[in-house]
Amino acid sequence: MSPRDNTWLRLARFFVGDRTGKIIMQFLGRKKKVTLNQQNELYGHCLQFYCQPPLENISLNEFEGFAVDRLKLLKTVENLGVSYVKTSEEYKTKLHTEFSNLGFPHKVGADESSSNKNQAGSTEYEKRRKDHISHFILRLAYCQTEDLRRWFIQQEMDLFRYRFSELKSQYKTDFLHKNNLKYDTISDEEKTNLKDQLINSSFSVSGTTVAEQDFYKVPFQDALDLVRTRKVFLKAGYAYIPHQDIVTIVLNDFRTRLSKALALTARSLPAVQSDERLQPLLNHLSHAYVGQDYSIQKNVGKVSLEQIDQLSAKSFPLCMRQLHKALRENHHLRHGGRMQYGLFLKGIGLTLDQALQFWRSEFVKGKVDTDKFDKAYAYSIRHMFGKEGKRTDYTPYSCMKVILSNPPSQGDYHGCPFRHSDPELLKQKLQSYKLSPGGIVQILDLVKGMHYQLACQKYFELTHNIDDAGFSLNHPNQYFIESQKFLGGGKEVKKEAEIPQKGQENTASNVPSVPPSRQRTTTQAVDDMGDLDSYFLDE
Amino acid sequence: MLTTDYDPACLPDLLPLYYRRLFPYSQYFRWLSYGGVSKNYFQNREFSFTLKDDIYVRYQSFSTQSDLEKEMQKMNPYKIDIGAVYSHRPSQHNTVKSGTFQALEKELVFDIDMTDYDDVRSCCSAADICSKCWTLMTIAIRILDRALREDFGFHHLLWVYSGRRGVHCWVCDEAARKLSVAARSAVAEYLSLVKGGEETVKKVVLSDPIHPFISQSLHVVEHYFPQYALVEQDLLGSKASVDKVLSLLPEDILYELLNTYQTEKNPVKRWEHLRSAAHQKRTTSKKGAQYFDKEIMLQYCYPRLDVNVSKGVNHLLKSPFSVHPKTGRISVPIDLKNLDKFDPFEVPTISLICEELDKPLANEEEDIKDKENETEPGERRRIRDYKQTSLAKYVKLFDHFLDAMGRSRKGEMLKKSDLQKEF
Ligand code: SF4
Repeated sequence: MSPRDNTWLRLARFFVGDRTGKIIMQFLGRKKKVTLNQQNELYGHCLQFYCQPPLENISLNEFEGFAVDRLKLLKTVENLGVSYVKTSEEYKTKLHTEFSNLGFPHKVGADESSSNKNQAGSTEYEKRRKDHISHFILRLAYCQTEDLRRWFIQQEMDLFRYRFSELKSQYKTDFLHKNNLKYDTISDEEKTNLKDQLINSSFSVSGTTVAEQDFYKVPFQDALDLVRTRKVFLKAGYAYIPHQDIVTIVLNDFRTRLSKALALTARSLPAVQSDERLQPLLNHLSHAYVGQDYSIQKNVGKVSLEQIDQLSAKSFPLCMRQLHKALRENHHLRHGGRMQYGLFLKGIGLTLDQALQFWRSEFVKGKVDTDKFDKAYAYSIRHMFGKEGKRTDYTPYSCMKVILSNPPSQGDYHGCPFRHSDPELLKQKLQSYKLSPGGIVQILDLVKGMHYQLACQKYFELTHNIDDAGFSLNHPNQYFIESQKFLGGGKEVKKEAEIPQKGQENTASNVPSVPPSRQRTTTQAVDDMGDLDSYFLDE
Repeated sequence: MLTTDYDPACLPDLLPLYYRRLFPYSQYFRWLSYGGVSKNYFQNREFSFTLKDDIYVRYQSFSTQSDLEKEMQKMNPYKIDIGAVYSHRPSQHNTVKSGTFQALEKELVFDIDMTDYDDVRSCCSAADICSKCWTLMTIAIRILDRALREDFGFHHLLWVYSGRRGVHCWVCDEAARKLSVAARSAVAEYLSLVKGGEETVKKVVLSDPIHPFISQSLHVVEHYFPQYALVEQDLLGSKASVDKVLSLLPEDILYELLNTYQTEKNPVKRWEHLRSAAHQKRTTSKKGAQYFDKEIMLQYCYPRLDVNVSKGVNHLLKSPFSVHPKTGRISVPIDLKNLDKFDPFEVPTISLICEELDKPLANEEEDIKDKENETEPGERRRIRDYKQTSLAKYVKLFDHFLDAMGRSRKGEMLKKSDLQKEF
């Protein structure tokens, strides 16, 4: 046993900022273990809104173990969300597996009485406790900046959506009751009047079911996910939500509460930061989400402008190759393209001066003269390098960001070709790049299954003539570095110095989930803070 | 009728006149103050000016109407943009602690630009427009206006001609101004049907069931499609454009139609063939949704929004009554009651209205004096001035818009105080 096993943390003191401060004090008064009754009260449902912060004392080891496991879970949620449709069976099965591997409560647990042991050896109570405490620990790590909060909220919401939708109807109602969630339903008369519209607004509603099911009427702002995807009927600012989709409103509530809570936690953070045992741990935890930071420029100045054409054919991922070609042909790129490509170039090592020269020389061949360029575009390029405006150094976009946010529209060349091109055009393009017909079929199959990054990785393998890329792709700049490493034996761009402990890459993040052999139970302590790296390293 | 041609070289000479004697400051101020309900709403609003030689000054803000007037008359901006209402005065954004200066509210805005339709119009391209392709803007306004009112429940929509090749919409309801970024982007996505960039051929795909919003939009498109697309754009006439349309069809239909089109040259008849082929496929196919006729109509006519403009709270958009430096035309409100008659080429240019100022006065003077005797002399002269020009009818439209907003604000306030009485 490591000496740190004896280190105990009083969780309650980190959440004093919460409105439940009073209750905490009461609990602190009792030294004894919580009685079974209280257990049931606290964890009466396998799913919770995390309204009450945990109040017990917990060992530093358990603290770490919980945090690491939940982070794994959230990373899995994130990765699966990109590769699969969130309602698909595959998504559910994979997430389900991860739940049991990591010892978090899931739907089966909900049906068991709370004392039943499961295969992994922990009781339902232990799992619920872990769910509860680990969520709150990550709040500490992810409340500090806007970006972290956004990421955390997003993953927690996806997690919640999955768990809620897996509940049996009776447990859903039970959950609403327990959490005091009441929503307005519409009258039978209104239902009859709007019958056709209601049927045509949702897959889950048909002529026979309209009469039987409840419809909730909420301001459209409370059902944005349904509005965005046009999966709900809207009238005069209200969304009419069929009972099956009630998860949307519940989630909206969840989001509101969680973002408020994070703001509160952020305020009480000094208490945590003064604890030197926790500070490094929390930092590790919060760095895990972004993965490798490709804005840290270790390669600055290693690439010359003359090389870019050649590099674009050899070592750029398809998205960047497409942007480069469009830029050369049209002597212009619209905003989305300039951001995606510009930050990528910064990431591969262009200096600000090089970047300015690069963009200027191309733009002036088009409709923009030097003067106009300096006035209208130079600013935004300096901005990318953090020299203007808020002086934030922008990070090159990850695949996730390219695939999920800001899809290209008319006149745009940005985005991920595997996601945003017509398969037919993609095929033609791949043919023109002389990929083998067999390879193209494989790529298109992956695209069809919405495995865009895997398709891109296949493309890497085919263009580099290897069987297995040996890395899992999640960033265009990573693609570039790997390609350079492969082509130049690591000479051109030194990668080793940049990403330490490459071998551990899959531990915290990847699909498929961590093999059981690598599972860590919470009692197997991480002896040294340094080891944490291996858990948090993101490819 | 005056036939003044606009010459961009004259702009520096015309702007001072426009800002001194014609710009509708009082309406403008009334608009952006929104009844003075929230404190500093006007004062914390960002304006940005584009000056000569594309010099761009952001974060301008003004404490009063006369402050705004003075500054505009001093700077004579080539173009004015309106931004968000911030937490602090934008002019002092450098003095507040970083991170605390934040965009809080803004109208929900939409920007539709004809260049986004380049792949589907044959008459013009890029910045050029003609009365033929203008129909696309008419369709866009009809579709969006209906949806924003009926689906989203907004009432105060100001549609404005951008001055060159597009239209803007300012949704001014309080609820709209308070929308979060997430809500704005959800609204914009709900309203977007045409998806994909240069690497996508088929940009509209419908699936069952067809959402009421899409059916409603289709009604609008179907109304304009025959005249606009088949006759004016000759969609099914020339070989090139027929090929483009056919590329959006499933293969079996494609060959069938290619055959038919060998002998059938009449575009309207050709379209009928296409439609009935679609219809037939729909009734016989087991594959569910087969809506390619509808998809084609939407791909060619459905409004193409710049989602990024609508999303951001701090995004700037060209102000109404700003001049377009290239065309000289004023950004004027569009009258939806006469939407089909709106002709962008009839919108007055700055040269025209400045010239109209020099015309001998009509006999309206007396009657204005009576009505306006409570306003200041400068103000009074300006009212007399613009009333004498072709700008008058557009300012009047703006007035109507503001009146309606004022009325509903009063209604709201009455409701509120009634509620208070009840307790
Ligand atoms: S998967 Fe990533 S690197 Fe590959 S093309 Fe798409 S965005 Fe670019």
